[in-house]
Amino acid sequence: MSHELTWLLVAVPAVSAAILLLGGKATNAWGHLLGTLAPLISFAFGLVLFVQMQGQGHEERSETVRLFEWFSVGSIKVDFSLLIDPLSILFVLLITGVGSLIHIYSIGYMEHDPRRRRFFGYLNLFIAAMLLLVLAADYLLVFVGWEGVGLASYLLIGFWQHKDSAAVAAKKAFVVNRVGDIGLSLAVMSMWALFGSSAFVTVDAGAEGLSSTWATLLGLMLLLAACGKSAQVPLQSWLLDAMEGPTPVSALIHAATMVTAGVYLVVRSSAIYEHTEAASTAVVIVGTVTALAGAIIGCAKDDIKKALAGSTMSQIGYMMLAAGLGPAGYAFAIFHLLTHGFFKANMFLGAGSVMHGMNDDVDMRHYGALRTPMKVTFVTFAFGYLAILGIPPFSGFFSKDKIIEAAFADNFVIGLCALLGAGITAFYMTRVMIMTFFGKKRWADDVHPHESPAVMTWPLIILAALSLGGGALYFAGHWIVGWLEPVVGPEEAHHLPVSVLVLTLITLAVVAVGIAVAVLLYRRDIPREAPAGSPVTTFARRDLYGDALNEAVLMRPGQYLTRTLVWLDNRGVDGLVNGLAALFGGLSGRLRRFQTGFVRSYALSMVFGAAFVVVALLAVRLS
Amino acid sequence: MNIGWLTLLLLLPFVGALATMLVPKAKALLAKQVALGFSLVTLVLTAIIAIGYQRNGAEDYAETHAWIEPFGAHFALGLDGVGVVLVVLTALLTPIVMIASWNDAQDGRWSEKSFFAWILGLEALSLGVFAATDVFLFYVLFEATLIPMYFLIGGFGGAQRSYAAVKFLLYSLLGGLLMLASVVGLYVLSARAGDPSYLLTDLMQLDISQNTERWLFLGFFFAFAVKAPMVPFHTWLPDAAAEATPGTSVLLVGILDKIGTFGMIRFCLSLFPNASEWATPVVLVLALISILYGALVAIGQTDIKRLIAYTSISHFGFIVMGIFALTSQGLTGSTLYMFNHGLSTAALFLVAGYLISRRGSARIVDYGGVEKVAPVLAGTFLFAGLSSLALPGLSPFISEFMVLAGTFSRHKVLAVIAVLGIVLAALYILIMYQRLMTGPVRDGIEKLKDLNAREVLAIAPLVVLIIGLGIFPKPVVDIIKPAVESTMQHVGVTDKAPEIPVTEGQK
Repeated sequence: MSHELTWLLVAVPAVSAAILLLGGKATNAWGHLLGTLAPLISFAFGLVLFVQMQGQGHEERSETVRLFEWFSVGSIKVDFSLLIDPLSILFVLLITGVGSLIHIYSIGYMEHDPRRRRFFGYLNLFIAAMLLLVLAADYLLVFVGWEGVGLASYLLIGFWQHKDSAAVAAKKAFVVNRVGDIGLSLAVMSMWALFGSSAFVTVDAGAEGLSSTWATLLGLMLLLAACGKSAQVPLQSWLLDAMEGPTPVSALIHAATMVTAGVYLVVRSSAIYEHTEAASTAVVIVGTVTALAGAIIGCAKDDIKKALAGSTMSQIGYMMLAAGLGPAGYAFAIFHLLTHGFFKANMFLGAGSVMHGMNDDVDMRHYGALRTPMKVTFVTFAFGYLAILGIPPFSGFFSKDKIIEAAFADNFVIGLCALLGAGITAFYMTRVMIMTFFGKKRWADDVHPHESPAVMTWPLIILAALSLGGGALYFAGHWIVGWLEPVVGPEEAHHLPVSVLVLTLITLAVVAVGIAVAVLLYRRDIPREAPAGSPVTTFARRDLYGDALNEAVLMRPGQYLTRTLVWLDNRGVDGLVNGLAALFGGLSGRLRRFQTGFVRSYALSMVFGAAFVVVALLAVRLS
Repeated sequence: MNIGWLTLLLLLPFVGALATMLVPKAKALLAKQVALGFSLVTLVLTAIIAIGYQRNGAEDYAETHAWIEPFGAHFALGLDGVGVVLVVLTALLTPIVMIASWNDAQDGRWSEKSFFAWILGLEALSLGVFAATDVFLFYVLFEATLIPMYFLIGGFGGAQRSYAAVKFLLYSLLGGLLMLASVVGLYVLSARAGDPSYLLTDLMQLDISQNTERWLFLGFFFAFAVKAPMVPFHTWLPDAAAEATPGTSVLLVGILDKIGTFGMIRFCLSLFPNASEWATPVVLVLALISILYGALVAIGQTDIKRLIAYTSISHFGFIVMGIFALTSQGLTGSTLYMFNHGLSTAALFLVAGYLISRRGSARIVDYGGVEKVAPVLAGTFLFAGLSSLALPGLSPFISEFMVLAGTFSRHKVLAVIAVLGIVLAALYILIMYQRLMTGPVRDGIEKLKDLNAREVLAIAPLVVLIIGLGIFPKPVVDIIKPAVESTMQHVGVTDKAPEIPVTEGQK
């Protein structure tokens, strides 16, 4: 069975988005319902495709569906074609599955927002762009989805754009992403120059012949792109600000799906990274640094969404790290990406549910003891918490442990960092848990915490179940490794200094230490105002001075540069010309009687000029 | 004498201009309707010609009539892929500008009908410029376009319009003067070789000595660089665009400035292939400077229209870079870029014009929170902005990417630096959008009306084309392709072959 109708996956949410955004007020009454139906249809269709693939051999599971020729120029031809294969179908299910749940949740969350229809239009636009990103069979087409999700992210971060902070955060996200897009642009240009095409098939086949320099350059360009989209160091700064968007957006775009696109890009380009040790190492280092940086930032945030955002950075760092390890880690990068999609969406929506009951307050110092008024939110959040900590049998246990294991097999220091990150994760997540749900109530008298409506709690319950059961993708006979093998190659056997069981126990012990430290520190009363912290705390609260650095190195000099150039352009370039004009003006003062200021007299002189030309031509001709 | 299709196409708006002027002054509405009617008929005729061109090729449309025989000047018209694209753009933008500017000429120096008549006059001359296959005819029409544009800027617009109009005229005349010298030079060469002829096909056969070729090239190139406009000959554009009505700015930047980049392909590359290659390094660096300088200065602007004018300087840098990269991607990309830039800048200028006419100020600081009171206006403005920053999926992306990739295949360092332009583009568009449209609603903005039906009608075709050609650019690319191939052949350059060719079997 062929996959000719794959384009419907993308087209359904795209058409829905168009209807909602162009339809105007007429669609207000039912817009959110159509908007929710669209990803559900795509999900159902994706499920059908997935089930069909189960019955197929390895070869048949990958199919490039050519829709039409996009354009051809010189010897380069770019098709508008989609690739449906074991890797892309997993993403399709994640995007549309978690996406549908978040759409349903948003019906309740955005109920009182007068622009709810538009919100669903943007969400649908995002789903369509994200599906295009993972289904495209050509890097240039990936780019369309890549910036498409960036646009949706821009629109949704800035959804409440009457707030200056939201508008600024949205702009920042787009611009920082564009810096990353330089990498993707250059990569596609290089592919055109090297292979005469940017289609996956051609690049995969041609990668064999890459010189190590070109392989490294391509790998680094793609890594730059991945850093932008996945908020990896040094392009991480936009993600924390992106929390200005409505919480379902943070769950869908800035946790479960879009921010993992960088990991997808690296895994999809495995053929290139195979030929470059240097670029692969760079991916590992970026991932490791971000895993730790995000975790440290997460420790210092009192804003529940920002704590979770730091955590997202950190977890994607783990995925990058795994992806950088090559065939030893690809499957686990994707595995962790899926389980993280479940448990992080779960926790973000849980945070949204808490905010919903707390008058949209995000400061955890104003929470406390919420486990009683918000039972469902508490229990489901706890499932996500146990999953991210990696407590067996929750999904994160399987996916994160495999990454730590692969990291140790590759390099002891990297392994140690990954292990340390697990400990810090346990610390900051326990902190979030205690500050929100345990301890004494710290909320003001006019706040009446309450459980959210069923339309919001049911998605939480389903995601909690997935946070618990997601590990089945691996422990059911290493299913995910075998499933992805046709795309990323067989898992490489690796050698650990200690047995897997010992490493697992060590990891759990480190996690236990993290929990214990948090419990010890946050057991006592938590002040409603944040105390002035040590320099280390300030360092973490200020996002490790990432913004300060950007400001000092890029923004300020950039502003000076533009101001100087504007000044020069007015005074210098234009001034020079006007100065010349003034000079001639002085000379022509004597010729003033010719200067009547009427256009007709200028026209007359033009006629004379033209006549002169004619005479000149005749003279040359006659001579 | 048999009248060809293209002559008819030129005559139509010209007759329209006369007809518009003949309508009594009291009946301004009728005059405007007559003008719009003529521009629409011209558009239909253009569509017929374009479809015919795609089906049957260029032969049906070439026509040559004797004109000034002693000079060897002919009234010769013809089309190639590059010309067709710009003819279509001209015919498309004219009625759009008329609809968008329907009420913009009411308090001009001259009557309302003259504004519309000048637009038609400009259309006729521009169509002629893009179709001329005789260098002398081209030169005459090239200079003649200054007349309607001078009156459009100087007669209808802001307080400083006279200054801007004269500045525009002087810059253009200076450029034209140097071109005239080269035109005369071509005549001398042609006369020396036998019977003088200004026909492009004849001139392309001329054997020109190296030095002469370079001098003649410089004359043409300078005129085109002023027109395009490239840094450092650009300062007339922001003044002109800021003072003119938005509709005039669209005609100026969308059509008239394209004559510069069009001329570089049609005349510089075709007549002086060796000199063009010789000048490549300098031209490419100038183009790169235009891209970055235009974008950086745009970021720092405080006036909406000046800002958009500077973005165009950056965009023209891309177009020139693609042309002188001398690769099929670069040339195709640049030609497509001319078309797409026409669409996106028209949308941006027109929506900005709608906004400015409501508030009565072009200063960015006078705005804030427009999105809340006029969401459709803000939405179309954002759309136009996104197309200007070449968002993938919209038509300008493909052309900009082709230009960059075409440059990259030959000049890696230049292309890598030029790519920075995509970040700067995001900055100038999104900073402007943020300041104008988002945040709390400013005083004086509360009662801003959203777009009316007429205003939407003018923008809608642009939106449809920008999306449509983003997803399916093939029809336009295919029209451009043969012209690019023959230009490349004439210049004697070929694309670099892929370093690691992948055969079908390997896939």
